Amino acid sequence: MSTPIVNPPMGRASRILGVGGYRPARSVPNEEILKNIDSSDEWIRTRSGIESRRWASEDETVVAMSLEASGKALAHAGITPDQIGCVIVATVTHLYQTPSAAAEIAHKLGTNRAAAFDISAACAGFCYGVALGSDMVRSGTADHVLVVGVERLSDLTDHYDRSTAFLFADGAGAAVVGPADEPGIGPVVWGSDGQHLKLIGQRQEWREALYHEDGPQLPALIMEGNAVFRWASYEMANTAKQALEAAGIAAEDIDVFVPHQANDRITTAMARALKLPDHVVVAHDIRQQGNTSAASIPLALERLIETGEASSGQLALLIGFGAGLVYGAQVVRIP
Amino acid sequence: MASTEEIRSGLAEIVNEIAGVPAADVQLDKSFTEDLDIDSLSMVEVVVAAEEKFDVKIPDDEVKNLATVGDAVAYIEKARA
Repeated sequence: MSTPIVNPPMGRASRILGVGGYRPARSVPNEEILKNIDSSDEWIRTRSGIESRRWASEDETVVAMSLEASGKALAHAGITPDQIGCVIVATVTHLYQTPSAAAEIAHKLGTNRAAAFDISAACAGFCYGVALGSDMVRSGTADHVLVVGVERLSDLTDHYDRSTAFLFADGAGAAVVGPADEPGIGPVVWGSDGQHLKLIGQRQEWREALYHEDGPQLPALIMEGNAVFRWASYEMANTAKQALEAAGIAAEDIDVFVPHQANDRITTAMARALKLPDHVVVAHDIRQQGNTSAASIPLALERLIETGEASSGQLALLIGFGAGLVYGAQVVRIP
Repeated sequence: MASTEEIRSGLAEIVNEIAGVPAADVQLDKSFTEDLDIDSLSMVEVVVAAEEKFDVKIPDDEVKNLATVGDAVAYIEKARA
Protein backbone atom coordinates (compact mmCIF):
# COMPACT_ATOMS: atom_id res chain seq x y z
CA MET A 1 0.00 0.00 0.00
CA SER A 2 1.22 3.51 -0.78
CA THR A 3 1.64 6.18 1.93
CA PRO A 4 -1.77 7.15 3.35
CA ILE A 5 -3.04 10.72 3.02
CA VAL A 6 -3.29 12.48 6.39
CA ASN A 7 -6.66 14.06 7.06
CA PRO A 8 -8.06 15.32 10.37
CA PRO A 9 -11.07 13.45 11.79
CA MET A 10 -14.55 14.81 11.04
CA GLY A 11 -17.23 15.45 13.57
CA ARG A 12 -16.63 18.82 15.19
CA ALA A 13 -19.75 20.95 15.84
CA SER A 14 -20.25 24.40 14.32
CA ARG A 15 -22.25 27.51 15.13
CA ILE A 16 -22.65 31.14 14.14
CA LEU A 17 -20.37 33.13 16.43
CA GLY A 18 -21.27 36.64 15.33
CA VAL A 19 -23.32 38.67 12.88
CA GLY A 20 -23.01 42.21 11.54
CA GLY A 21 -24.70 44.39 8.98
CA TYR A 22 -24.26 47.52 6.95
CA ARG A 23 -27.21 49.62 5.83
CA PRO A 24 -26.49 52.36 3.27
CA ALA A 25 -26.83 55.90 4.66
CA ARG A 26 -29.54 57.06 2.27
CA SER A 27 -33.12 56.06 3.05
CA VAL A 28 -35.41 56.36 0.03
CA PRO A 29 -39.12 56.87 0.80
CA ASN A 30 -41.89 55.58 -1.43
CA GLU A 31 -42.57 59.17 -2.61
CA GLU A 32 -39.22 59.19 -4.42
CA ILE A 33 -39.99 55.90 -6.22
CA LEU A 34 -43.36 57.30 -7.32
CA LYS A 35 -41.62 59.94 -9.47
CA ASN A 36 -40.89 57.17 -11.98
CA ILE A 37 -43.82 54.77 -11.73
CA ASP A 38 -47.60 55.04 -11.84
CA SER A 39 -48.43 53.67 -8.39
CA SER A 40 -49.16 54.94 -4.89
CA ASP A 41 -47.68 54.83 -1.41
CA GLU A 42 -50.71 52.82 -0.30
CA TRP A 43 -50.31 50.29 -3.14
CA ILE A 44 -46.62 49.75 -2.36
CA ARG A 45 -47.26 49.36 1.38
CA THR A 46 -50.16 46.95 0.98
CA ARG A 47 -48.48 44.81 -1.73
CA SER A 48 -45.03 44.62 -0.14
CA GLY A 49 -44.99 46.17 3.34
CA ILE A 50 -42.23 48.53 2.22
CA GLU A 51 -42.30 52.07 3.64
CA SER A 52 -38.74 53.01 2.66
CA ARG A 53 -35.58 51.31 1.47
CA ARG A 54 -31.82 52.00 1.52
CA TRP A 55 -29.89 52.72 -1.65
CA ALA A 56 -26.11 52.81 -1.75
CA SER A 57 -24.10 55.83 -2.91
CA GLU A 58 -21.12 55.58 -5.29
CA ASP A 59 -18.79 55.07 -2.31
CA GLU A 60 -20.90 52.34 -0.73
CA THR A 61 -19.59 49.64 -3.03
CA VAL A 62 -20.19 45.91 -2.69
CA VAL A 63 -16.74 45.55 -1.13
CA ALA A 64 -16.99 48.66 1.10
CA MET A 65 -20.36 47.58 2.52
CA SER A 66 -19.07 44.03 3.03
CA LEU A 67 -16.02 45.25 4.95
CA GLU A 68 -18.23 47.27 7.33
CA ALA A 69 -20.59 44.34 7.94
CA SER A 70 -17.69 41.88 8.31
CA GLY A 71 -15.90 44.08 10.84
CA LYS A 72 -19.01 44.10 13.01
CA ALA A 73 -19.48 40.33 12.66
CA LEU A 74 -15.86 39.67 13.65
CA ALA A 75 -16.17 41.98 16.67
CA HIS A 76 -19.39 40.22 17.70
CA ALA A 77 -17.67 36.83 17.32
CA GLY A 78 -14.64 38.06 19.27
CA ILE A 79 -12.15 36.92 16.66
CA THR A 80 -9.50 38.66 14.58
CA PRO A 81 -9.22 38.65 10.76
CA ASP A 82 -6.18 36.36 10.79
CA GLN A 83 -8.35 33.60 12.29
CA ILE A 84 -10.58 33.52 9.19
CA GLY A 85 -9.78 30.51 7.00
CA CYS A 86 -12.28 31.15 4.24
CA VAL A 87 -14.40 34.02 2.96
CA ILE A 88 -17.62 33.19 1.11
CA VAL A 89 -19.50 36.05 -0.53
CA ALA A 90 -23.06 35.54 -1.76
CA THR A 91 -24.04 38.20 -4.27
CA VAL A 92 -25.52 38.73 -7.72
CA THR A 93 -24.59 42.40 -7.98
CA HIS A 94 -20.80 42.46 -7.79
CA LEU A 95 -20.49 43.63 -11.37
CA TYR A 96 -17.13 41.99 -11.97
CA GLN A 97 -17.43 38.52 -13.42
CA THR A 98 -13.87 38.12 -12.12
CA PRO A 99 -11.99 38.53 -9.81
CA SER A 100 -14.33 37.71 -6.96
CA ALA A 101 -15.50 40.16 -4.32
CA ALA A 102 -14.44 37.58 -1.73
CA ALA A 103 -10.74 37.78 -2.67
CA GLU A 104 -10.74 41.56 -2.35
CA ILE A 105 -12.64 41.42 0.95
CA ALA A 106 -10.31 38.75 2.37
CA HIS A 107 -7.32 40.95 1.55
CA LYS A 108 -8.73 44.29 2.71
CA LEU A 109 -10.08 42.77 5.90
CA GLY A 110 -6.55 41.64 6.79
CA THR A 111 -7.02 37.89 6.72
CA ASN A 112 -3.91 35.75 6.38
CA ARG A 113 -4.53 34.81 2.74
CA ALA A 114 -7.85 33.13 3.53
CA ALA A 115 -9.47 31.03 0.82
CA ALA A 116 -12.08 33.18 -0.91
CA PHE A 117 -14.85 32.76 -3.46
CA ASP A 118 -18.23 34.16 -4.48
CA ILE A 119 -21.38 32.12 -4.85
CA SER A 120 -24.38 32.82 -7.08
CA ALA A 121 -27.46 31.63 -5.24
CA ALA A 122 -29.49 34.85 -5.37
CA CYS A 123 -31.71 35.37 -2.34
CA ALA A 124 -30.81 31.92 -0.98
CA GLY A 125 -27.11 32.89 -1.01
CA PHE A 126 -26.73 33.53 2.71
CA CYS A 127 -28.27 30.18 3.72
CA TYR A 128 -26.13 28.43 1.11
CA GLY A 129 -23.04 30.17 2.50
CA VAL A 130 -23.85 29.23 6.09
CA ALA A 131 -24.32 25.61 4.99
CA LEU A 132 -20.95 25.58 3.23
CA GLY A 133 -19.23 27.35 6.11
CA SER A 134 -20.72 24.97 8.64
CA ASP A 135 -19.51 21.93 6.70
CA MET A 136 -16.04 23.45 6.36
CA VAL A 137 -15.79 24.00 10.11
CA ARG A 138 -17.18 20.54 10.91
CA SER A 139 -14.78 18.83 8.55
CA GLY A 140 -11.77 20.88 9.61
CA THR A 141 -11.28 22.56 6.23
CA ALA A 142 -11.37 25.90 8.05
CA ASP A 143 -11.59 26.96 11.69
CA HIS A 144 -13.58 30.12 11.02
CA VAL A 145 -15.52 30.99 7.90
CA LEU A 146 -16.78 34.47 7.10
CA VAL A 147 -20.07 34.39 5.18
CA VAL A 148 -21.16 37.65 3.56
CA GLY A 149 -24.44 38.41 1.79
CA VAL A 150 -24.21 41.70 -0.10
CA GLU A 151 -26.15 43.43 -2.85
CA ARG A 152 -26.46 46.69 -4.73
CA LEU A 153 -29.73 45.70 -6.40
CA SER A 154 -30.47 49.36 -7.18
CA ASP A 155 -27.80 49.10 -9.91
CA LEU A 156 -29.79 46.38 -11.68
CA THR A 157 -33.26 47.79 -11.06
CA ASP A 158 -35.44 49.14 -13.86
CA HIS A 159 -36.61 52.26 -12.03
CA TYR A 160 -39.54 52.57 -14.44
CA ASP A 161 -40.86 49.02 -13.91
CA ARG A 162 -43.80 49.39 -11.54
CA SER A 163 -43.58 45.75 -10.43
CA THR A 164 -39.97 45.93 -9.17
CA ALA A 165 -38.89 49.61 -8.84
CA PHE A 166 -40.18 49.87 -5.26
CA LEU A 167 -38.86 46.47 -4.19
CA PHE A 168 -35.11 46.16 -4.60
CA ALA A 169 -32.53 47.69 -2.29
CA ASP A 170 -28.93 47.62 -1.13
CA GLY A 171 -26.97 46.47 1.91
CA ALA A 172 -24.60 43.90 3.40
CA GLY A 173 -24.80 41.33 6.18
CA ALA A 174 -22.12 39.00 7.49
CA ALA A 175 -21.77 36.06 9.84
CA VAL A 176 -18.77 34.26 11.32
CA VAL A 177 -19.16 30.47 11.47
CA GLY A 178 -16.80 28.70 13.84
CA PRO A 179 -16.31 25.61 16.03
CA ALA A 180 -18.66 24.87 18.93
CA ASP A 181 -19.13 22.39 21.77
CA GLU A 182 -22.74 21.70 20.77
CA PRO A 183 -24.24 21.84 17.24
CA GLY A 184 -25.48 25.39 16.60
CA ILE A 185 -26.37 25.00 12.92
CA GLY A 186 -28.92 22.40 11.83
CA PRO A 187 -28.73 20.43 8.58
CA VAL A 188 -29.49 22.56 5.54
CA VAL A 189 -32.55 21.63 3.50
CA TRP A 190 -31.81 23.05 0.09
CA GLY A 191 -32.41 22.57 -3.58
CA SER A 192 -33.29 24.10 -6.91
CA ASP A 193 -36.42 24.15 -9.04
CA GLY A 194 -35.19 25.06 -12.51
CA GLN A 195 -38.61 24.69 -14.13
CA HIS A 196 -39.18 28.21 -12.74
CA LEU A 197 -35.98 29.62 -14.25
CA LYS A 198 -37.79 32.53 -15.86
CA LEU A 199 -39.78 33.77 -12.85
CA ILE A 200 -36.91 35.94 -11.56
CA GLY A 201 -33.72 37.00 -13.27
CA GLN A 202 -31.93 39.43 -15.55
CA ARG A 203 -33.97 40.72 -18.47
CA GLN A 204 -31.16 39.73 -20.81
CA GLU A 205 -27.55 38.57 -20.68
CA TRP A 206 -24.75 41.14 -20.50
CA ARG A 207 -23.81 41.18 -24.19
CA GLU A 208 -27.40 41.73 -25.27
CA ALA A 209 -27.71 44.55 -22.74
CA LEU A 210 -24.46 46.27 -23.69
CA TYR A 211 -25.05 46.06 -27.45
CA HIS A 212 -28.77 46.86 -27.21
CA GLU A 213 -30.23 48.67 -30.25
CA ASP A 214 -31.35 51.53 -27.98
CA GLY A 215 -27.82 51.90 -26.61
CA PRO A 216 -25.95 50.19 -23.79
CA GLN A 217 -27.94 49.41 -20.65
CA LEU A 218 -27.57 47.34 -17.49
CA PRO A 219 -29.51 44.07 -17.56
CA ALA A 220 -32.30 44.87 -15.11
CA LEU A 221 -33.89 42.26 -12.85
CA ILE A 222 -37.40 41.21 -13.75
CA MET A 223 -39.86 39.14 -11.79
CA GLU A 224 -43.30 37.55 -12.15
CA GLY A 225 -44.58 38.65 -8.77
CA ASN A 226 -47.76 36.61 -8.39
CA ALA A 227 -46.18 33.32 -9.47
CA VAL A 228 -43.22 33.93 -7.15
CA PHE A 229 -45.62 34.78 -4.34
CA ARG A 230 -47.42 31.47 -4.75
CA TRP A 231 -44.24 29.42 -4.94
CA ALA A 232 -42.54 31.22 -2.06
CA SER A 233 -45.50 31.33 0.32
CA TYR A 234 -46.50 27.68 0.08
CA GLU A 235 -43.66 25.53 -1.30
CA MET A 236 -41.16 27.35 0.88
CA ALA A 237 -43.28 26.81 3.98
CA ASN A 238 -42.81 23.09 3.31
CA THR A 239 -39.05 23.54 2.95
CA ALA A 240 -38.98 25.43 6.26
CA LYS A 241 -40.91 22.58 7.92
CA GLN A 242 -38.37 20.10 6.58
CA ALA A 243 -35.52 22.18 8.03
CA LEU A 244 -37.21 22.04 11.44
CA GLU A 245 -37.63 18.26 11.14
CA ALA A 246 -34.02 17.80 10.00
CA ALA A 247 -32.81 19.64 13.09
CA GLY A 248 -35.20 17.77 15.38
CA ILE A 249 -36.90 21.01 16.42
CA ALA A 250 -40.67 21.51 16.80
CA ALA A 251 -42.31 24.73 15.58
CA GLU A 252 -43.12 25.57 19.25
CA ASP A 253 -39.42 25.47 20.11
CA ILE A 254 -38.47 28.16 17.60
CA ASP A 255 -37.96 31.65 19.06
CA VAL A 256 -37.35 33.63 15.89
CA PHE A 257 -38.34 33.23 12.24
CA VAL A 258 -36.08 35.04 9.78
CA PRO A 259 -37.16 34.38 6.19
CA HIS A 260 -35.51 36.17 3.29
CA GLN A 261 -37.12 39.61 3.25
CA ALA A 262 -38.61 39.21 -0.22
CA ASN A 263 -42.00 40.78 0.45
CA ASP A 264 -43.80 41.22 3.75
CA ARG A 265 -46.86 39.49 2.29
CA ILE A 266 -44.77 36.38 1.59
CA THR A 267 -43.43 36.46 5.16
CA THR A 268 -46.96 36.68 6.57
CA ALA A 269 -48.38 33.96 4.30
CA MET A 270 -45.44 31.67 5.07
CA ALA A 271 -45.74 32.22 8.83
CA ARG A 272 -49.46 31.38 8.54
CA ALA A 273 -48.76 28.24 6.49
CA LEU A 274 -46.13 27.17 9.05
CA LYS A 275 -48.64 27.64 11.89
CA LEU A 276 -45.98 29.31 14.01
CA PRO A 277 -47.08 29.88 17.60
CA ASP A 278 -47.68 33.49 18.70
CA HIS A 279 -44.50 33.70 20.77
CA VAL A 280 -42.31 33.35 17.69
CA VAL A 281 -40.75 36.68 16.69
CA VAL A 282 -41.05 37.17 12.92
CA ALA A 283 -38.60 39.44 11.06
CA HIS A 284 -40.16 42.33 9.15
CA ASP A 285 -36.94 44.20 8.33
CA ILE A 286 -38.16 44.74 4.75
CA ARG A 287 -40.44 47.59 5.87
CA GLN A 288 -37.56 50.05 6.23
CA GLN A 289 -34.96 48.17 4.23
CA GLY A 290 -36.55 46.85 1.02
CA ASN A 291 -35.57 43.52 -0.52
CA THR A 292 -31.78 43.17 -0.31
CA SER A 293 -31.55 39.61 -1.65
CA ALA A 294 -28.56 37.77 -0.14
CA ALA A 295 -28.10 40.48 2.51
CA SER A 296 -31.62 40.40 3.90
CA ILE A 297 -31.39 37.49 6.37
CA PRO A 298 -28.23 38.60 8.21
CA LEU A 299 -29.47 42.21 8.22
CA ALA A 300 -32.82 41.16 9.68
CA LEU A 301 -31.14 38.92 12.24
CA GLU A 302 -28.76 41.69 13.28
CA ARG A 303 -31.68 44.09 13.73
CA LEU A 304 -33.59 41.63 15.95
CA ILE A 305 -30.50 41.14 18.14
CA GLU A 306 -29.90 44.91 18.36
CA THR A 307 -33.48 45.67 19.35
CA GLY A 308 -33.48 42.87 21.92
CA GLU A 309 -36.30 41.00 20.16
CA ALA A 310 -33.90 38.08 19.74
CA SER A 311 -31.23 37.09 22.20
CA SER A 312 -28.16 34.92 22.37
CA GLY A 313 -28.85 31.20 22.67
CA GLN A 314 -32.32 31.33 21.11
CA LEU A 315 -33.25 29.22 18.09
CA ALA A 316 -33.88 30.89 14.74
CA LEU A 317 -35.34 29.37 11.60
CA LEU A 318 -33.71 30.85 8.48
CA ILE A 319 -34.94 30.38 4.93
CA GLY A 320 -33.68 31.94 1.71
CA PHE A 321 -35.29 31.54 -1.71
CA GLY A 322 -34.91 33.27 -5.04
CA ALA A 323 -33.88 33.31 -8.68
CA GLY A 324 -33.26 29.87 -10.11
CA LEU A 325 -35.44 29.13 -8.36
CA VAL A 326 -33.13 28.04 -5.54
CA TYR A 327 -33.77 27.67 -1.84
CA GLY A 328 -32.10 26.77 1.44
CA ALA A 329 -33.23 26.64 5.05
CA GLN A 330 -31.69 25.76 8.40
CA VAL A 331 -32.19 26.19 12.13
CA VAL A 332 -29.42 28.11 13.89
CA ARG A 333 -28.69 29.14 17.45
CA ILE A 334 -28.43 32.93 17.75
CA PRO A 335 -24.93 34.11 18.71
CA MET B 1 -70.88 16.09 -5.20
CA ALA B 2 -71.01 19.61 -3.83
CA SER B 3 -73.69 21.95 -5.10
CA THR B 4 -73.02 25.42 -6.52
CA GLU B 5 -74.22 26.88 -3.24
CA GLU B 6 -71.94 24.64 -1.20
CA ILE B 7 -68.94 25.70 -3.27
CA ARG B 8 -69.93 29.38 -3.04
CA SER B 9 -70.27 29.19 0.72
CA GLY B 10 -66.99 27.29 1.07
CA LEU B 11 -65.27 29.95 -1.02
CA ALA B 12 -66.92 32.66 1.08
CA GLU B 13 -65.39 31.15 4.22
CA ILE B 14 -61.95 31.23 2.59
CA VAL B 15 -62.35 34.85 1.43
CA ASN B 16 -63.49 35.81 4.90
CA GLU B 17 -60.52 34.12 6.55
CA ILE B 18 -57.90 35.56 4.20
CA ALA B 19 -59.24 39.04 3.46
CA GLY B 20 -61.68 39.67 6.30
CA VAL B 21 -64.58 40.22 3.88
CA PRO B 22 -67.98 39.29 5.48
CA ALA B 23 -68.89 35.86 4.07
CA ALA B 24 -72.42 37.07 3.25
CA ASP B 25 -70.94 39.60 0.76
CA VAL B 26 -69.28 36.84 -1.28
CA GLN B 27 -72.06 36.32 -3.83
CA LEU B 28 -71.80 34.91 -7.37
CA ASP B 29 -72.11 38.29 -9.14
CA LYS B 30 -69.41 39.98 -7.07
CA SER B 31 -66.04 40.89 -8.61
CA PHE B 32 -63.07 39.89 -6.44
CA THR B 33 -61.15 43.09 -7.12
CA GLU B 34 -63.93 45.67 -7.69
CA ASP B 35 -66.52 44.62 -5.12
CA LEU B 36 -64.60 42.61 -2.52
CA ASP B 37 -61.32 44.55 -2.66
CA ILE B 38 -59.20 41.39 -2.98
CA ASP B 39 -55.80 42.29 -4.39
CA SER B 40 -53.78 40.00 -6.67
CA LEU B 41 -51.70 38.52 -3.85
CA SER B 42 -54.73 37.80 -1.66
CA MET B 43 -56.29 36.22 -4.74
CA VAL B 44 -53.33 33.82 -4.91
CA GLU B 45 -53.92 32.94 -1.25
CA VAL B 46 -57.63 32.38 -1.92
CA VAL B 47 -56.82 30.15 -4.89
CA VAL B 48 -54.33 28.03 -2.94
CA ALA B 49 -56.82 27.61 -0.08
CA ALA B 50 -59.56 26.71 -2.58
CA GLU B 51 -57.32 24.11 -4.24
CA GLU B 52 -56.85 22.45 -0.88
CA LYS B 53 -60.49 22.68 0.20
CA PHE B 54 -62.03 21.45 -3.06
CA ASP B 55 -59.18 19.18 -4.17
CA VAL B 56 -58.73 20.88 -7.56
CA LYS B 57 -55.83 22.48 -9.45
CA ILE B 58 -56.14 26.13 -10.46
CA PRO B 59 -53.04 27.07 -12.49
CA ASP B 60 -51.57 30.62 -12.40
CA ASP B 61 -52.71 31.21 -16.00
CA GLU B 62 -56.34 30.55 -15.03
CA VAL B 63 -56.41 32.83 -12.02
CA LYS B 64 -56.60 36.01 -14.11
CA ASN B 65 -59.77 34.69 -15.80
CA LEU B 66 -61.56 34.34 -12.47
CA ALA B 67 -62.98 37.86 -12.24
CA THR B 68 -66.10 37.11 -10.22
CA VAL B 69 -67.03 34.71 -7.45
CA GLY B 70 -69.29 33.02 -10.02
CA ASP B 71 -66.31 32.49 -12.37
CA ALA B 72 -64.38 30.79 -9.57
CA VAL B 73 -67.32 28.62 -8.50
CA ALA B 74 -67.93 27.56 -12.12
CA TYR B 75 -64.24 26.71 -12.58
CA ILE B 76 -64.19 24.62 -9.41
CA GLU B 77 -67.41 22.82 -10.39
CA LYS B 78 -65.98 22.00 -13.82
CA ALA B 79 -62.64 20.90 -12.38
CA ARG B 80 -64.41 18.54 -9.97
CA ALA B 81 -66.72 17.07 -12.59
